[in-house]
Amino acid sequence: MQKPEEILDKVTVKFAGDSGDGIQIIGDQFGNATAVVGNDFATLPDFPAEIRAPQGTTFGVSSYQIQFAAFDIHTPGDNPDVLVAFNPAALKVNLPYVKAGGIIVVNEDEFTEQNLKKAGFNSNPLEDDSLTSFRVHRVPITKLTIEALKDDSIGHREKLRCKNFLALGIISWLFSRPLDPIENFLKKRFSTKLDIMDANLKALKAGFNICDTMEIFPVHYQVPPARLEPGKYRNINGALATAYGLITASNRSSLPIIYSGYPITPASEVLQLLSALKHHGAVSIQTEDEISAITMAIGASYAGVLGVTGTSGPGLALKIEALNLAVMTELPLIVFDFQRSGISTGLPTKTEQGDLLFALFGRPSDSHVIVLAPSSPSDCFWTSIEAVRLATKYMTPVLILSEQFLLHSSEPWRLPNLDDIPPIEITFRTDPEGFYPYMRDEKTLARPWVKVGTPGLEHRIGGLEKDNIYGNVSYDPENHDFMTKIRAQKVQKVLYDIPDVEVLGHPEAEMLVVGWGSTYGHIKAAIEIGNREGMKLAMTHLRHLNPLPKNLGDVLRRYKKVVVPELNLGQLNYVLRAKYLVDTTGFNRITGKPFDVGELLEFLREQYKQLKTH
Amino acid sequence: MSTQAEQIGDIKYKPTDFKSDQEVRWCPGCEDYAILKAFQTALAEIGIPKEKHAVISGIGCAARLPYYVTTYGFHTIHGRPIPIATGVKVANPDLSVWVITGDGDCISIGGNHLIHVMRRNVDINILLFDNKVYGLTKGQYSPTSDKGTINKSAPMGSIEEPAEPVALALASGATFVARTSASYVQHLSNLIIEAHRHKGTSFIHIYQNCYVYNDGVFDEFTEKSVRDDRNIILEHGKPMIFGKNSDKGLRLKNSRFEVVEYNPNNPPEDIMIYDETNLSLALSISKLYWPDYPTPMGVIRRVKQPTFENQIYEQISKAKEKFQPDLNRLIYSSDVWEVK
Repeated sequence: MQKPEEILDKVTVKFAGDSGDGIQIIGDQFGNATAVVGNDFATLPDFPAEIRAPQGTTFGVSSYQIQFAAFDIHTPGDNPDVLVAFNPAALKVNLPYVKAGGIIVVNEDEFTEQNLKKAGFNSNPLEDDSLTSFRVHRVPITKLTIEALKDDSIGHREKLRCKNFLALGIISWLFSRPLDPIENFLKKRFSTKLDIMDANLKALKAGFNICDTMEIFPVHYQVPPARLEPGKYRNINGALATAYGLITASNRSSLPIIYSGYPITPASEVLQLLSALKHHGAVSIQTEDEISAITMAIGASYAGVLGVTGTSGPGLALKIEALNLAVMTELPLIVFDFQRSGISTGLPTKTEQGDLLFALFGRPSDSHVIVLAPSSPSDCFWTSIEAVRLATKYMTPVLILSEQFLLHSSEPWRLPNLDDIPPIEITFRTDPEGFYPYMRDEKTLARPWVKVGTPGLEHRIGGLEKDNIYGNVSYDPENHDFMTKIRAQKVQKVLYDIPDVEVLGHPEAEMLVVGWGSTYGHIKAAIEIGNREGMKLAMTHLRHLNPLPKNLGDVLRRYKKVVVPELNLGQLNYVLRAKYLVDTTGFNRITGKPFDVGELLEFLREQYKQLKTH
Repeated sequence: MSTQAEQIGDIKYKPTDFKSDQEVRWCPGCEDYAILKAFQTALAEIGIPKEKHAVISGIGCAARLPYYVTTYGFHTIHGRPIPIATGVKVANPDLSVWVITGDGDCISIGGNHLIHVMRRNVDINILLFDNKVYGLTKGQYSPTSDKGTINKSAPMGSIEEPAEPVALALASGATFVARTSASYVQHLSNLIIEAHRHKGTSFIHIYQNCYVYNDGVFDEFTEKSVRDDRNIILEHGKPMIFGKNSDKGLRLKNSRFEVVEYNPNNPPEDIMIYDETNLSLALSISKLYWPDYPTPMGVIRRVKQPTFENQIYEQISKAKEKFQPDLNRLIYSSDVWEVK
């Protein structure tokens, strides 16, 4: 029985359930299947801070949203077209976001009196008229799973755990996703637990087939492949991209990597990934605390390898004294701040851009570091490489402001030809003739990098002020003034080594939107829609935050209005106003989630209207 | 396979080869001078190429030492020389890595790192200059100050029981623990050579007199005329005897240590033989102090265990045997699809 097929150009699907329901895994697999179809997509995993919150509670809801399209899309979508709710709590939390007329698939078996009460429902939404504006499909997912696995020898609890794959089967049918990639994943994942593998495969197929036999949906959908730039693609999230970027940088520079980190959400993931890449020579050390993590990396850089550490906001705060030691001793150190919602413990599993001013200025004394920020999951790969290039060339720490959202979000990544990635030239000083620890390269102002153990170049460095060139401890007043200025100048030299900002959008735009970090996709989506509506909008996105690209001032001054959307109270806004004396306007939302494109667009419309009426 | 980090080399250095051109700025008469001398003498004896040494210090009077030695040196931040030294050692296990630290730097702010480096058994050599005071900041009491010490931040006397570096090191799993005094320059020099030889974390607790802020605090048992009767130099495999005339010994009676008279012609049968591999013995010994007992000196513990960095690289080798370190394979490690 072939159901009628409807062709859509984009869809946003959201899976939501208890944190023990296996939402993330099916979200990921739906993403993989979508990648195989060839759609462009972006994902937004959203999980609670607790490990296993009490079943059925609203704070225990874990969700996975994916927007996929037949064209180039930039965000995981504001509002789902389809919500798959595994229990009343998942429905309660996500109902406000579902598009009017959207599809809601529920596991009706979980809509018990107890669960409804836990979720805060006074009456059953499946029975009253609160869902009349949606297309609700009640599916007895639990019963169907048990039925499909009735002959399986695994325990009742294990059978229940296969509900998620049954639901995935249903949604895969709905959007004509191929089951092969999902089946291959299950075969690999459970290769040592064949009975669990079988059960999940059965559940997946059962869900898929049920859609035909039970006529759950009147129609199924097709989202044709997107016309992406020709090339080879794979699915990647920011965590993997960060790790792969570091390994690639290590390969291109022939420098071993020592990554030392302390577990902290969400940085732990990168530590774990690198610890599984020992076969690439990566040394990863889980330290006893945050300070040990950065200081081990400093020792490593001092000795002549790539010292790297990663953390989140609270951890970066602990690392500041040591970071200043690296700035003072002019060592190539890489520090990742995978930003999360603050202040203090804040919202550990949510995203934010709150550490910009901290990264730029949060150190005692006039201490400057190079600051970079990736703008997409795949950009995390390129930013890792850029960080290594700059740190080793200028002999100075590089701080990368990444974000939780980037680490967990996935998208198709156009695979680079590794041979096309230029080598990172490293020159260790070996000649003792004329060597002084604080002599400087003419162009970069970098001091020499000496591998400890090189004969004839024995010297001492440290946190005390040193005299220019010779590097002995110096309390001379003029020397300190000179050294403070030259350390700052060195970081400014990077200006000539980084690209100018690019402006995208309407060539006759009078309003510019400036962003940094993960908001790239959301800003781009808003600009595109706005331009289609008839506004004339342009955007530029910053990847280098210190120093800021040399043409940025000129670019800003070309526009009558500059809007700066950020997931913070206006930090880049502050910097741009102070540095360029431009009267910028901020758009600031700090919800722990990425921007709602609709909201951003509405703000841009208001600003644009104001512009036009003046 | 021993690296430069524990070999005794054959280069004929003189101690002055390790003397830098920087004017030493310690107070005249400070016992840090004696330690510096012992260190330079030891480095000369060790005889491995000079460039193989890395001397890492924290913050404090002791921590100025790297500037006075002609090796690679790094004067870091307060309390953190140990993890920095760990980073150096893991980056290049062939180096002989030294940590120069003080009682505040190592036991107070750096205490956490001390515990963990010993657990890991990183092959570095930690020299703790213990003067029971914060000298550089001009005279506050430190975690090793005796209870009741009166000084700038304890005008009515310290109310804290002191931390015990040797006991702490042993409890943390240190594989080489020794103690001496800065005034025993030759003994210290020998211990430093032993520390270099030991493959694993070596910890030397050095009593060092600060005559400006805490003068004479060890004299009672380190002063030349009394020290033989008030210290016991432990030696593996030898009976635990001490005294200027070797006329006293230590034995265990009813689970407690007891000082007894020792007559070599008629030795008490239960005089203990020191065993540097016996942790219980070491832990018990570490709690003995003058005047109740002779203060233990010498090598208190020495055992051989795998080192942190060796195990790191062993795992990397094992991983390389199992999987190809192919960058292309890594990047292309997921389902790849082509857009034409």
